[in-house]
Amino acid sequence: MGIRKGMEIALAAAEAVALCRPDVVAAYPITPNTHIPEHLSDIVAEGRLDAEFICVESEHSALSACMGASGAGARVFTATSSQGLLYMAEVMSIASSMRLPVVMALGNRSLSGPLNIWNDHSDIMSQRDTGWISLFAAHGQEVIDMMIQAFKIAENGDVMLPINVNLDGFQLTHVVEVMDFPTQEEVDAFLPVYKPFASLHPDHPCSMGTLGLPEIYSEATRAREAAVVNSKKTILKVWDEWEKRFGRKYEPIQSYKMKGAEIAMLTMGSMGETAEVAIDALREKGVPIGLLKLVLWRPFPYEELKKAVKGVKSLIVMDRCVSFGGPGGPVASEIRSALYNEPGCPDITNYIFGLGGRDVAVEDFIKMIDKVRLADKKRPKEHYEFYGVRGE
Amino acid sequence: MNTLQGYPVGLIGNFDLYAPKLVDREEYFTPGHRACQGCGEALAVRLMCKALGKDTVIVSATGCMEVISSLYPTTAWKLPWLHVAFPNAAAVASGVEAGLKALKRKGRIPDRYIKTVAMGGDGGTMDIGIQALSGAMERGHDMIYVCFDNEAYMNTGIQRSSATPFGASTTTAPPGVASMGNKTWKKNLPEIMVAHNIPYVATASNSYPLDFMNKVQKARSIKGPAYIHCLSVCPTGWRSPSETCIKMGRLAVETGVFPLYEVEYGKYKMTVSMPEKLRPIQDYIKHQGRFRHLTPEQIKASQDRTNLEYKKLLSKIEHSKSWSEMSAE
Repeated sequence: MGIRKGMEIALAAAEAVALCRPDVVAAYPITPNTHIPEHLSDIVAEGRLDAEFICVESEHSALSACMGASGAGARVFTATSSQGLLYMAEVMSIASSMRLPVVMALGNRSLSGPLNIWNDHSDIMSQRDTGWISLFAAHGQEVIDMMIQAFKIAENGDVMLPINVNLDGFQLTHVVEVMDFPTQEEVDAFLPVYKPFASLHPDHPCSMGTLGLPEIYSEATRAREAAVVNSKKTILKVWDEWEKRFGRKYEPIQSYKMKGAEIAMLTMGSMGETAEVAIDALREKGVPIGLLKLVLWRPFPYEELKKAVKGVKSLIVMDRCVSFGGPGGPVASEIRSALYNEPGCPDITNYIFGLGGRDVAVEDFIKMIDKVRLADKKRPKEHYEFYGVRGE
Repeated sequence: MNTLQGYPVGLIGNFDLYAPKLVDREEYFTPGHRACQGCGEALAVRLMCKALGKDTVIVSATGCMEVISSLYPTTAWKLPWLHVAFPNAAAVASGVEAGLKALKRKGRIPDRYIKTVAMGGDGGTMDIGIQALSGAMERGHDMIYVCFDNEAYMNTGIQRSSATPFGASTTTAPPGVASMGNKTWKKNLPEIMVAHNIPYVATASNSYPLDFMNKVQKARSIKGPAYIHCLSVCPTGWRSPSETCIKMGRLAVETGVFPLYEVEYGKYKMTVSMPEKLRPIQDYIKHQGRFRHLTPEQIKASQDRTNLEYKKLLSKIEHSKSWSEMSAE
């Protein structure tokens, strides 16, 4: 049995990573993820984790060093946020192309400018198409569980892809929660030692990261796309095993009070917790509404989404990022595209909200939902709408 | 060629005849790669690998050596080799070094000494890669970094870098009525590496193979970070006949433009003895199209600066002491 205790979630994430016995950790400080590598360096200093902790001089080098170590056959971990992720951008796509199972904790934060250290999802959305697997945690327990699951998914021989676990900056990283921690024995039984199929060693030399001409680039890209799509099978298997071992169920889309729901709201990350309270309040008033929490962002869970919105007449998609001059929020535009050809596709409303740490309370969710459900159906609807902008 | 100081000339002559026979016959950087004719850099890489031997992992920055050697599905590398991107060879290598160290400690790979070696061109090392390089050297990883300096971004078509010499014509620093070509003096990266207080820094040249290989082996034997800056003649970018590659490298040394020295634990030492009186730089630059446009005044300015830089180096060689010598005082 695991141990139940209260802890800041960033520290808990570090404890979870330490349970996975990474060989190399490379990270560079940036708010709000910093407590994760800080606490990992504490764990290494205390002798509880046998790992090389590299205090790199930039995020670019953090991911680069992880890729070098992963190429050598080591289990690796890094963490970052916001501008740090953008500084890694050059090598993000190379990590997935080289099929290096780097695990990253991403303490989601807005992108500058203006400079803002608080939470939204614009950092990860800018790196959406880099071939990484992306998971979104809604609370501390999910952060712990996903950190451990991440190594098992990424290093699986059928996957071999980098993975980021998204935890909202401050709203998750800096919040103290009571969580269940698996024991070292339980994690060891779940997560075996990493055995790469190719590694950098003179006994079996290989060339990694070679040049691909036009004759091969399309094939390499297609192969990577297939790997990301196919990784869902392994992700589901790993979650299945997790539920059997630890009793906590994970799904690509988690449903809350969706039974008989005609209206559904879809959120990602920690906002789901607040939205649940709003759903409870509206259900009490007899509004047929439920909540969908998108956990698996890449690979995108098309089948699960189609199933989840069956019978839903109105779907409200919540985005914490905007595509400037584009189709609104990135999540909504993908969901619209995923459901476009579906018979009985729900009417979709897109809110862009909670940017740069703007607080969103239960009442805000209720207001947004009420606006949709009480709207005059005959009036033309905006393709997307900003919520909570002062002066508008 | 006299590569060693302090030995009778006869012995050195014989040594130089005999020494090449001792070089590893194994090719780790194999023929069939796509380098230009007369490429000094490909030659230097081949020699470096021979000096390093089998138990080596190579990390390469993007650049000429990467694109000519790794065209999928072929590879010229018989050593384990990894390329990620342009600016990060030193960072990737620090990860490889840390990874191998951890895996060895945990008994997951055989308990054998493997050296991690990062390499890049002058752009990947001195410009876009200097941050990663500085970080890796400062952190004290047990690795060698070798910069193969051909004095411009040759892979992308001869653009000016911070290694481009004074007055050279490049595609982004062209001469014209309002321009003399490259206006700046070559950045002294070996000196910046010395300032990192690493145990070993050396300059080398593809035209002095034994000197270069000796330095690579010395760097390999040192526990900790080592840096070698190898001038690599690029006939394509220097606009010099490809058959003069070795001659160009020699002239760079004999004119004092690129003296070959090493700095071991703080102590400077010339490794290839220099003529009593340096040859005029005119002897070196007249063979290269990249300097063709220079006026006598500009050549004189370049000569004066070369003399000054050479004097600075001689002064360091004369006055510097190793760290142990200084501690003992």
